[in-house]
Amino acid sequence: MNLTLKIWRQKDAASKGAIVDYQVKGIEGDMSFLEMLDVLNEELIVKGEEPVVFDHDCREGICGACSLQINGEPHGPDRLVTTCQLHMRKFNDGDTIYIEPFRAKAFPVVKDLMVDRSSFDRIQHAGGYISVNTSGNTIDANAIPVNKDDADDAFAAATCIGCGACVAACKNASAMLFTSAKVSQFALLPQGQIEATDRVLAMVNQMDEEGFGNCTNTGACEIECPKGISLENIARMNREYLKASLKG
Amino acid sequence: MGGLIKSSIARKVAMALSGLFLVFFLLQHFTINFTSIFSADTFNELSHFMGTNPLVQFALQPVLIFGVVFHFVMGFVLEIKNRNARAVKYAKYSGGENASWVSRNMIYSGLVILAFLGLHFYDFWIPEMVHKYVEFAPEDPTRYYPELLHKFVSPVRTGLYAVSFVFLALHLWHGFASSFQSVGFNNKYSVAATKFAKAFAIVIPLGFIIIALVLHLNHNH
Amino acid sequence: MSILDSKIPEGPLADKWTKHKNTINLVNPANKRNIDIIVVGTGLAGGSAAATLAELGYNVKTFCYSDSPRRAHSIAAQGGINAAKNYQGDGDSNYRLFYDTIKGGDYRSREANVYRLAEVSGNIIDQCVAQGVPFAREYGGLLDNRSFGGVLVSRTFYAKGQTGQQLLLGAYSAMNRQINRGKIEAFNRHEMLDLVKIDGKARGIIARDLVTGEIERHSAHAVVLATGGYGNVFFLSTNAMGSNVMAAWRAHRRGAFFANPCYTQIHPTCIPVSGDHQSKLTLMSESLRNDGRIWVPKRIEDAEAIRAGKLKPTQLAEEERDYYLERRYPAFGNLVPRDVASRAAKERCDAGFGVNKTGEAVYLDFASAIQRYGKEKALTSGMHNPTADEIRELGEKVIEDKYGNLFQMYEKIVDENPYKTPMMIYPAVHYTMGGLWVDYNLQTTIPGCYAAGEANFSDHGANRLGASALMQGLADGYFVLPYTIGDYLSHDIRTGKIPTDTPEFDEAEKHVTDRIEKLMGGSGQHSVDYYHKKLGKIMWNKCGMSRNEKDLKSAIDEIAALREDFWKNVKVPGEANGMNPELEKAGRVADFLELGEVFAKDALDRNESCGGHFREESVEQSGEQKGEALRDDKNFKYVSAWEYMGDPKDAKLHKEDLVFENIELKTRSYK
Repeated sequence: MNLTLKIWRQKDAASKGAIVDYQVKGIEGDMSFLEMLDVLNEELIVKGEEPVVFDHDCREGICGACSLQINGEPHGPDRLVTTCQLHMRKFNDGDTIYIEPFRAKAFPVVKDLMVDRSSFDRIQHAGGYISVNTSGNTIDANAIPVNKDDADDAFAAATCIGCGACVAACKNASAMLFTSAKVSQFALLPQGQIEATDRVLAMVNQMDEEGFGNCTNTGACEIECPKGISLENIARMNREYLKASLKG
Repeated sequence: MGGLIKSSIARKVAMALSGLFLVFFLLQHFTINFTSIFSADTFNELSHFMGTNPLVQFALQPVLIFGVVFHFVMGFVLEIKNRNARAVKYAKYSGGENASWVSRNMIYSGLVILAFLGLHFYDFWIPEMVHKYVEFAPEDPTRYYPELLHKFVSPVRTGLYAVSFVFLALHLWHGFASSFQSVGFNNKYSVAATKFAKAFAIVIPLGFIIIALVLHLNHNH
Repeated sequence: MSILDSKIPEGPLADKWTKHKNTINLVNPANKRNIDIIVVGTGLAGGSAAATLAELGYNVKTFCYSDSPRRAHSIAAQGGINAAKNYQGDGDSNYRLFYDTIKGGDYRSREANVYRLAEVSGNIIDQCVAQGVPFAREYGGLLDNRSFGGVLVSRTFYAKGQTGQQLLLGAYSAMNRQINRGKIEAFNRHEMLDLVKIDGKARGIIARDLVTGEIERHSAHAVVLATGGYGNVFFLSTNAMGSNVMAAWRAHRRGAFFANPCYTQIHPTCIPVSGDHQSKLTLMSESLRNDGRIWVPKRIEDAEAIRAGKLKPTQLAEEERDYYLERRYPAFGNLVPRDVASRAAKERCDAGFGVNKTGEAVYLDFASAIQRYGKEKALTSGMHNPTADEIRELGEKVIEDKYGNLFQMYEKIVDENPYKTPMMIYPAVHYTMGGLWVDYNLQTTIPGCYAAGEANFSDHGANRLGASALMQGLADGYFVLPYTIGDYLSHDIRTGKIPTDTPEFDEAEKHVTDRIEKLMGGSGQHSVDYYHKKLGKIMWNKCGMSRNEKDLKSAIDEIAALREDFWKNVKVPGEANGMNPELEKAGRVADFLELGEVFAKDALDRNESCGGHFREESVEQSGEQKGEALRDDKNFKYVSAWEYMGDPKDAKLHKEDLVFENIELKTRSYK
């Protein structure tokens, strides 16, 4: 199939960017979206132009590196997939496809479609851990029994890949789904209870400092999340936060 | 309070709680108005009580006004903050693919309701205040129903009220149920609670519309 | 006597590690504050090492090419992590895990290292649970296990199909704690381009900030390389796009020996290549072979008809199918080890029986399992005369419960419903057992330069068992390196901060900038990917699942020629002083072009078949095992460690003899 691509090009963080039109030909349905961009880039390189820069790494939907707002949706029109797993058979010959970076003040553009998501890392630095020493001997793993449902819920929250689709989808560029997934994982486990109060306060505080918007419960994040992280996590974090605020 | 409201979650909870308070007020307002379509006397009686009881007038009324103002001001503050959180907009943004129109446009349904409140204050509250606290006119416990009826003579005003209630329904459709999530209520009762909230969002504004229409028709008879 | 000193401690196998820990030098806590360590790579091995070293008090700098340590490719590991906990009471022990690992590696790994790995395995699980890794649990609240890769006990801990992700996020969270304390300084989107040696010791690195293009100098008292494997030398592999050998290769060029480069694990169950545009391969968990039957058509005409789209696999009757694994290996059937299953698939496809349009795919069929489970389920749910459709439906449900997410992934990629038509699979490069040569302390042949995880060669011999990669990465990072590195650093407590304005740093930086200039200065005929794909084809065709002298020799020549062409004609657009992914790729491919040749050289030297390395010249000639891999313990019971001598063709081989005192060497048989 032949496609028209409208791609955001931006030299670096300081420069102004713009949408540039490209044509690609001979795209097959079996290609992933990123392989389609590889085809475009190969053509650009041969022509001596700079290829389109985008984040990607594992190309199997787990590292969370790939992003892209495709036709106005993070990771494109398919559900429960990342851009690297989105296949071109979801598009038709002659389609025009908008490809933009994930947009948020807290995700400044690095170049073209690549954004800086270190704000997510800083939220994690603030408290996304349990303070146990890794070098020492800890108690036997089975000395801490965990209710299976809680363990499963904690796992479900922990499957977040930190891609930022929640922020990109949200009309407010809110990072509540991301932050709440981490808070939930630990809140659900006995190991995480000890630092629960400080953790939620510190992580929410950092989230706010990074300049993400406020959650207005539109639910877009849950729909667009490639890992299906549930909105329940946000409610849980709200609860944890209120509890912690009243306590602290 | 100042420190608490600084965080995004605190603002969100404040928004939810003020919203819930207004929902409760709406229910109360609706209950009284509803009596007007079958018993002018009951309506007069209740209105007289609300209009003259010092507790209502000097304690609940200021709280209510504060609630309304807070909800609006906070709504605007959040809207501005949220717009700033995405400085560069998308060239193409398919918000409709992942979230409902009402949830994405609370500010607009809110603005319509704000405009309606202006009209509503102009129609009832300001004359009422002037009547009671400026002119110090003598209280007639039977004046409320005729005054009410008189307001709905105009088909334009009746129409404006009806349209505003539609926006109120839209606002409630997202806002009421969403407030549960905001205060951290998400458990096995959530589905039922959401259903109740959605039903409320339809029934109450629809009831208001019916009241307006009935009053309009009653007058013409 | 080889110049390679493995420094294996004396004494009985089970006491070596404890004794070693008790006798090595320590650094006192106050002095640790004055010592800097660089950790390159932040996957399971690097992340856990960085966190632990920082926690001990050292000043740690981490480097990774991703925007966050959380994206390292350890995250993609699906199945699980082995540990000799014996929670199931099925007779597991450190010794058994040790034995299985040595045997699985086809007797080409060091006994002492492997025993230590087994010994600390249990501690890994304790550690991970303490830091909140949500492993799968039973209803009683205790940890669940599953069995894996044909071993006789249930020792694999898992978190659904995302064990690597959960473990990596655990290590990343431990790092975060240290970053928050200021003990780790994380340099993300940075790539190590050279190792700096001062007085023969590793004292720092030259790194490039991938965003600004700036070349930076970083000094430290020791450098840890935890930079993963080099499977991407094949271009197509299950590795991440960015996975590369650069850091290890730069160290190699500075004097670190590279061990067993030819040991590659080719995983049998990956989604086949669909066309020339393919950029990477996706693994389907090995667990599928528990219920799937592997086959190709018996008649070559049928295979041709299928390839032409004229025939559907479901139209072939049972007797028209060749379940070749069941035919060749009646005892193990579809559950033979990875290397055996991969070679058998290649043999059939080479003979013309491949079933997709490229001719490189075999079927993995769940129809029998669906029937079997369906009937069983019908019986247990009290259905007396279930229809064929009902049985099918019930069976599909059982399969969905077990493998639902994998089937969904397959359908997303291939666009075929694997419940209705057999899956197509083909082997793909997955893991490299070879890597930087390290001694028992994980130190390379450069003092002060350590290698951990997949980047070193130490524990898996010629073939890695399933669920052992995660175990090794975390063992190295959490429990081995933090001890052994202290022994070395105890001599550095008076050294003070290493200055970066020395001739050695000048030289290394100049070397790096010259190289970048040269890469940018190619004549511009072909893209980097053009060369990478060509290299991959040579590697796959001549150094892949089955190797012979003639092909390996021609591979060596072809790679050398390709390398020459690359340096002349590669096209790297853009500028060096800014974000430039093509430049990054170019540097990595340039190193693959050197490694590839040493890889082929190593494969040529090792004229035996062992584990993932299969030499057509070394097969059983007679008896029941006729045609199977033949290991040659008499001549090849050694680790090959290659020393850099300038041109890859001049690489010098050093041998470390492997001594087996606790295990008897046997032939692996799966007949």
